[in-house]
Amino acid sequence: MTAYIGRRLLSAIPTLILISMVVFGILALAPGDPLSQFAANPDIPPEVRENIRHQFGLDQPIPIRYVKWAAAFARGDWGYSFASRFSVSRLILQRLPTDFWVVGFAYLVAVLLAIPIGVLSAVKQYSVFDQVATTCAFIGFSLPTFFTGILFIIIFSVRLHWLPFIFNVQATNPAVILKQAVMPVAVLALFQSAGLMRFVRSSMLDNVGQDYVRTARAKGVSERRVIVRHVLRNGLIPVVTLLALGLPAVFTGAVITEQIFRVPGIGSLLIASIQNSDTPVVMAITFVYAILVVLFNLVADVIYGLLDPRIKYG
Amino acid sequence: MRHDGVDRIVAEMVHSRLSRRELIARLTALGLSAGGIAAALSAAAPRPARAAAPGRRGGSGPLRLLYWQAPTIVNPHLSEGTKDYHASRVCLEPLLTVNAAGVFTPVLAAQVPSRANGGLSPDGRSVTYKLKPGVKWADGRPFSADDVVFTFKFITNKETGATTYGTYINVDKVEALDPNTVKVTFKAATPAWYVPFVGEQGQILPRHALDPYVGNNARNAPFNLKSFGTGPYKIESFRPGDQIVYSINEFYRDPAKPAFSQVTIKGGGDAASAARAVLETGEYDYAWNLQVEWPVLQHMAQGGKGVIFTERGSGVEQIYLNMTDPNKEVDGQRSSVKAPHPFLTDLKVRQAMSLAIDRETIATQLYGQEGDATANVLTTPANLASKNTKIVHDIAKANQLLDEAGYQRGPDGVRQKGGVKLQVTYVTSVNSLRQKEQEIVKAGWTQIGIAATLQSIDAGVFFSSSPGNNDTYAHFYRDAEMFTSTFTSPFPNQYMARFYSGDPAKDLSQKQNNWSGLDICRWVSKEFNQLFEQAQAELDPKKADALWIKMNDIVVNQGVSLPLIDRKFVSARASSLDVGQNMSPFDSETRNIADWGRRA
Repeated sequence: MTAYIGRRLLSAIPTLILISMVVFGILALAPGDPLSQFAANPDIPPEVRENIRHQFGLDQPIPIRYVKWAAAFARGDWGYSFASRFSVSRLILQRLPTDFWVVGFAYLVAVLLAIPIGVLSAVKQYSVFDQVATTCAFIGFSLPTFFTGILFIIIFSVRLHWLPFIFNVQATNPAVILKQAVMPVAVLALFQSAGLMRFVRSSMLDNVGQDYVRTARAKGVSERRVIVRHVLRNGLIPVVTLLALGLPAVFTGAVITEQIFRVPGIGSLLIASIQNSDTPVVMAITFVYAILVVLFNLVADVIYGLLDPRIKYG
Repeated sequence: MRHDGVDRIVAEMVHSRLSRRELIARLTALGLSAGGIAAALSAAAPRPARAAAPGRRGGSGPLRLLYWQAPTIVNPHLSEGTKDYHASRVCLEPLLTVNAAGVFTPVLAAQVPSRANGGLSPDGRSVTYKLKPGVKWADGRPFSADDVVFTFKFITNKETGATTYGTYINVDKVEALDPNTVKVTFKAATPAWYVPFVGEQGQILPRHALDPYVGNNARNAPFNLKSFGTGPYKIESFRPGDQIVYSINEFYRDPAKPAFSQVTIKGGGDAASAARAVLETGEYDYAWNLQVEWPVLQHMAQGGKGVIFTERGSGVEQIYLNMTDPNKEVDGQRSSVKAPHPFLTDLKVRQAMSLAIDRETIATQLYGQEGDATANVLTTPANLASKNTKIVHDIAKANQLLDEAGYQRGPDGVRQKGGVKLQVTYVTSVNSLRQKEQEIVKAGWTQIGIAATLQSIDAGVFFSSSPGNNDTYAHFYRDAEMFTSTFTSPFPNQYMARFYSGDPAKDLSQKQNNWSGLDICRWVSKEFNQLFEQAQAELDPKKADALWIKMNDIVVNQGVSLPLIDRKFVSARASSLDVGQNMSPFDSETRNIADWGRRA
């Protein structure tokens, strides 16, 4: 197994380098630049514009810019944002806790909702509960987050005045902290649990029809033990790998939800930086995301190998 | 459109005999539309509840502002946009501020300089400011003329890359005659003594905080992330792109101000939800720059929690016409000055295009109270708005002009002459209101036989300045483009420079100058150039005004740019918030935040 992990890690390195080159190339070649805010305002003379471009390093050819960026990144220097001159690592670290609190917590809620409902749906296949849960899953899955988000805002903030809809990271009152998290977490959890629930259900159904279940029942094991100790454990293996693959997305945040509720997470930072052509920030976020995806892919494979004794990695 | 019935009903509400809901019900019964009701209500609103009694410092609790474009840097001279100016203006102050009518008020200066008090030199080459004595920075150090001199040094050092550089380009030197007197000397006699150190581009920086950071090092200064000034607040915490929290500046010169103990500026999201936060849920007290379609805003304001208010002078939305041919490539560039446009160089065609645009419909249906139809390119300050032009929408006359010019309609309805079809590509930025404007303009042009192809480009690309990108407004590789040019100073120099071609190699936008020339239409008019150069040195205000008005008339009559809408600033505030006359085209909306308070 260790040899396998080692091989995977080694092959990950050229993959990551290639990813970084592609992303950097796209960003550098894309139209738009950090100075677009000034265009309709004729006050900036060309010499000053050139100076600013020079300070940002935008006047150098793309391969040189890439090499400089890569060398700095390897040293741990992620550069400085063009827009705010904050160091990029500090910007990201500032927003990470918010992301974990909202997006991470929503992911947790989605998992805690999806697994029991999925299991029950599979066990009581085609019952009323199953039909209702499946319908809700389809609805939750089909409604985009920008729609449910705005719907929640109109119902809970504008009409009922129960919840605030603008996220304040520096709130100190615990009641406010909880209230402002309810809607974004609900919107995200709804969307994610829908898909997950269906997957849990189908995975469980795969296992419920197996011979060993029939054997366990014939042995007189209680239905509850059969489901929880045998079927669930086998059924959850693919689910766990799916969860591991979905974890990196927590890092990039939920872009749309963050825009709607003004949650200052990494997703909104990414979008704002793309719109402002703030290359260092976009590179840092996408590259870290790429690293996490590659890493968690490996983690998912390893977990699968550990949980399922039939799988052997040579 | 008010009759006695409406007046009486509104009066009853104001005197609290009617609730707002009953009022709306009664006005609807009278047959008023939603627009009429909103108009009646907003006219009733300013009847003074007592303005906030002069309070004690910090007595009004926290103030929350919502800027849907989040501030990212708080050093105004390195900033990327208006939102950053507003954020820094809470802490930093210029020498003078100025409102939409062009009236100056002293801020850090003791008085407005004039010929009478000796502040302005008769030869127009210098202005001397006397500074208010006893002003302190937020860290307790004294403010003096040295800080003004330093601010100039910081901005004009080319390596600093200050984005306010253009405002100081005519200044020769700035000297501190004594700790409370500053003399600004210009390179040549100029009427524009009020451009440097005034308004949001004139915020004074503290020398002791930034002295080591002039030049290349400027962007690394810790001041950029936690600025402080002579203003009523200082920055407590700053999260770029998200939120700024300000606390009171203990050394602020008026001990009874500011009224609010803490100010928060939150950013991000979009304009519509910002309006919602103030007008419908009351979570925030102030939302800036609500570029939302008027019917939507009006609907939100019916809640009664907040008030929408506007101010003139945000800029003029206009259609620029290309004098060069965007479809021919010469010397490696399109829209080359060597390739004149096949039909837009014909004055009659341009005039016909202007006559065919229904400006009133655009103004009333799309902009509502957010803008007025205008026939002038130059509208702000009001003394520069020409009275010699008129808004005309005359399809018959436009058709007649084109007939006279020899353009006959083909079988598809599109006019042509000598094989040249009147087909234009008409581009603007991606924005739902702008796309609707385009449709209205296109409908008008179709009626006179001009076929228009509508295009829209993402704003970040359209307004960028990179030379390699063919889609920028400066490249102007289309026949017509539309956007708003903004007013940054009561001296309209930079604004009207859009039509100046005194030095064609530098002024006409082309490959040779990396498309940095301001004259994007590539229009050359000796008459305009002469007047422009005269206005640079004309010291008599009446004669100067006449010159600018004449320049405006030339541009409008020549149809180089077709002005559409004189846009207004639109913001929303909580009904209980008193912001005074805070809006100005030439300064930030937070300029008088020391005076804000809650109505009783």
